Amino acid sequence: MKKLFAVSLTAALLAGTCAMAAGCGNGAGGNGDGGTLSVYNWGEYIADGTDGSMDAIAEIEERLGCSIIYDLYSTNEEMFTKIQSGAVDYDVIVPSDYMISRMIDADMLAELNFDNIPNAANLMERFQKTDYDPEGKYSVPYTWGTVGLIYNTTMVEEDPDSWNALWDERYDGKIFMFSNSRDAFGIALKLLGYSQNTTDEAQIREAADLLKKQKDVLQAYVMDEIFDKMEIGEGAVAPYYAGDAVTMISENPDLAYVLPKEGSNVFIDAMCVTKDSPNKELAEKFINEMCSTDIGLANIEKICYSTPLQNVYDALDEDTKQNPIIYPDDETLSRCESFINLPDETNTLVQDLWNEIIAE
Amino acid sequence: MKKSRIGSWIYIVLCMIFLYAPILVLIVFSFNESKSRAFFTGFTFKWYQQLFENELIMTSLFNSLLIALLASVISAVVGTMAAVGISKFGKRARGVIMNVTYLPVLNPEIVTGISMMLLFVYFKNLFGFRLGFGTVLVAHITFCLPYVILNVLPKLRQMDQSLFEAALDLGCNPLLAFFKVVIPQIMPGITAGFLMAFTISLDDFVVTYFTSGSGFKMLPVTIYSMVKKKVNPQINALSTIIFLIVLALLVIMNVVEARRAKRLKQN
Amino acid sequence: MKAKSKFAAVPYLVWMLIFILVPLGMVIFFGFTTTGGEFTFDNFTGIVKYAHVFWKSIYLSVIATLICLVLGFPLGFLMSRMSEVGQRTMLMLIMLPMWMSFLLRTYGWMTLLENEGLINKFLELFGIGPFTMINTQGAVVLGMVYNYLPFAIMPLHSIMVKIDKSVIEAAQDLGANGFHVLIKVLIPLSIPGIITAITMVFVPSVSTFIISRMLGGGQNMLIGDLIEQQFLGSVYNPNVGSSMSLILMVIILIIMGIINHFDDEEMEGMLV
Repeated sequence: MKKLFAVSLTAALLAGTCAMAAGCGNGAGGNGDGGTLSVYNWGEYIADGTDGSMDAIAEIEERLGCSIIYDLYSTNEEMFTKIQSGAVDYDVIVPSDYMISRMIDADMLAELNFDNIPNAANLMERFQKTDYDPEGKYSVPYTWGTVGLIYNTTMVEEDPDSWNALWDERYDGKIFMFSNSRDAFGIALKLLGYSQNTTDEAQIREAADLLKKQKDVLQAYVMDEIFDKMEIGEGAVAPYYAGDAVTMISENPDLAYVLPKEGSNVFIDAMCVTKDSPNKELAEKFINEMCSTDIGLANIEKICYSTPLQNVYDALDEDTKQNPIIYPDDETLSRCESFINLPDETNTLVQDLWNEIIAE
Repeated sequence: MKKSRIGSWIYIVLCMIFLYAPILVLIVFSFNESKSRAFFTGFTFKWYQQLFENELIMTSLFNSLLIALLASVISAVVGTMAAVGISKFGKRARGVIMNVTYLPVLNPEIVTGISMMLLFVYFKNLFGFRLGFGTVLVAHITFCLPYVILNVLPKLRQMDQSLFEAALDLGCNPLLAFFKVVIPQIMPGITAGFLMAFTISLDDFVVTYFTSGSGFKMLPVTIYSMVKKKVNPQINALSTIIFLIVLALLVIMNVVEARRAKRLKQN
Repeated sequence: MKAKSKFAAVPYLVWMLIFILVPLGMVIFFGFTTTGGEFTFDNFTGIVKYAHVFWKSIYLSVIATLICLVLGFPLGFLMSRMSEVGQRTMLMLIMLPMWMSFLLRTYGWMTLLENEGLINKFLELFGIGPFTMINTQGAVVLGMVYNYLPFAIMPLHSIMVKIDKSVIEAAQDLGANGFHVLIKVLIPLSIPGIITAITMVFVPSVSTFIISRMLGGGQNMLIGDLIEQQFLGSVYNPNVGSSMSLILMVIILIIMGIINHFDDEEMEGMLV
């Protein structure tokens, strides 16, 4: 009797899950005729339906009649490694400038067919052809911005204006740092007065020593964890991206943002399609929707980054357009440098040194 | 004597506080109106509502249950067959097989994870499929199988061989005799192995993390990606629900067990 | 029949060959080759610069294992002297947290340990602190102890249940004080349980990569993190990652070999 019960229970459970699986299979692709698209984007980097924003992914699924798998990464290097390992398959990715040229060199990106992306014509002049993608064949910029210092005005003794605030012993245990090699080295190199794109081994090693020294006063290496840490007052000073700084300041008015006097990094994150993508046309249509005025605006309003799209910029409210954090003036921008892809041996050196730093 | 008894109770209570403090905090703050993790600002159910509307979490939960069920059922069948076969091998062959069986149990999970990832990526390049449902299922079956075998083998050893032979003498064919005589005797082992496999599969993060590829979402990996983002009290709500389900299951199991023990005593 | 029923094991044997032995073979192959597939020892010599990561992992896991033993031993003993219902209830209470995803429980600690977290807020009431607890080595050890303590309690309890009350009483009658009973009677009789407990805490602790990441703030890298970095982290390098995994396996084998030297019992006890 008991055996019969066990057997029938198992059978029922199996049947149930199979039925559910079948149902779900249809459900997930409710409008699955248009196929399935895999998108790999940074965390906190799209209008996701929270706080009254549009759910951009659901909206695009609706418009294109496809279903979208939407995954997140937290650093360029993580995304690059996962794609390179072959364990993951994504159609659309959003690397930063230097990573795009690295991936172009490694033949990992597909040439885009701009007939499917008419909205790309809305890109401002300076974003149509860029240093990392000189012919503008592989990428469509999504956002741009600067890297600066976010600090809690109630916790610092005077408003910082230099990267050395991140080494300041007065804020021992209340300092956070980028958990990715390129941004971290970029800051150290700037503080030393070198170019962020240096290939000089001695300069890079000097930066590594500086980063090692920083561990004495550091609480943690973080990426998107920084939002909470700064908003609830765990941290006094941290470097992060300008758009996210605006988001944090709106959550906690005690926070402020400054672009240090030594200069900083100005970045562009752009949408690309992977070389092996079997859904290239759908991927291009997705990128096109991301550049449309309504979805583009919803995204930019949610994530507070700077837009490279004229149509979206025009639709923004005056306050945002005037916000110096998001749209800095030319003098500020002239202090900023873009990352370019480094030669392989420099990349290896930086990566090795970075591993040594965080492992110490 | 009395003093030491009070001391022991204090010790036990302190240990329990240590074990339950983080869970309690998660539960309490699942009802917190604001996102603050240090101050309780008001009571709300909204995180639960958002949780149930969160398609990603719900899909992941479903996938995790599906994989756990399939992996444990398949391992229970294949593992029981294997145990029966292994018990018939000679001592030396059995020793070798058991050593291999212990490998996934003793190996650090991360090594199992990366070794399978290497294999799947190699297969992928050969045959051109994507990592996802299939690879996760295969991986889970692989680390579930040993638990079934290790639970069934001792039962087979304790089993009375003469019963099986008696059934044959009475005219049963071997297969029928197996199902009528052997299976009922080793059923407790199979059930224990099945349950162990189910729970281990449901909770596995490391191996799943390396083998699930891009499209297929499992609950532990989803939780991990949520933890890395902005704080989301839906995680607290999820913890509370899982805790309550586990609590209910354990209480039911214990009551059933206690009743059975009582009945046995009365007989 | 007897000969035929051997074949029932065939599906399993094939499965294990393909999905356990072949993958491990691949790890060994990758560990000893270059990206081009040529034989080399460079992967191993290159790891020398991470020696301190290996030491740190072993060091922190040994501390966590010792704490688990010290905490778990009295608890296991107290439980073993309880009534049957008491024992069952205690086992349930100890198992219960384990059935929840360890990610969720560790996340709970993250919020407790923060500078602005509940523990510091609580201490503040008494005018103590705040202490920096999150993102330290101590927090990593705490995470290990918390997650694997039940693995230590259970084998200790199940071995101590078997120790007869009369043995302890006899020792006391012969004039042994509490300390002597512990050293001369309880511990020697619990050796198999202690060994199982050590294995079950040490192996997952030394190879974890999540606990160190969630509670260590990205600056307390352990072997597990280092391996994960080679496959899904900052740079794809399966060759170096594989050789690290091999070293990890060897470390565990050596340590388990040393421990098992004290005990010849079969490993089957570990699943009890």
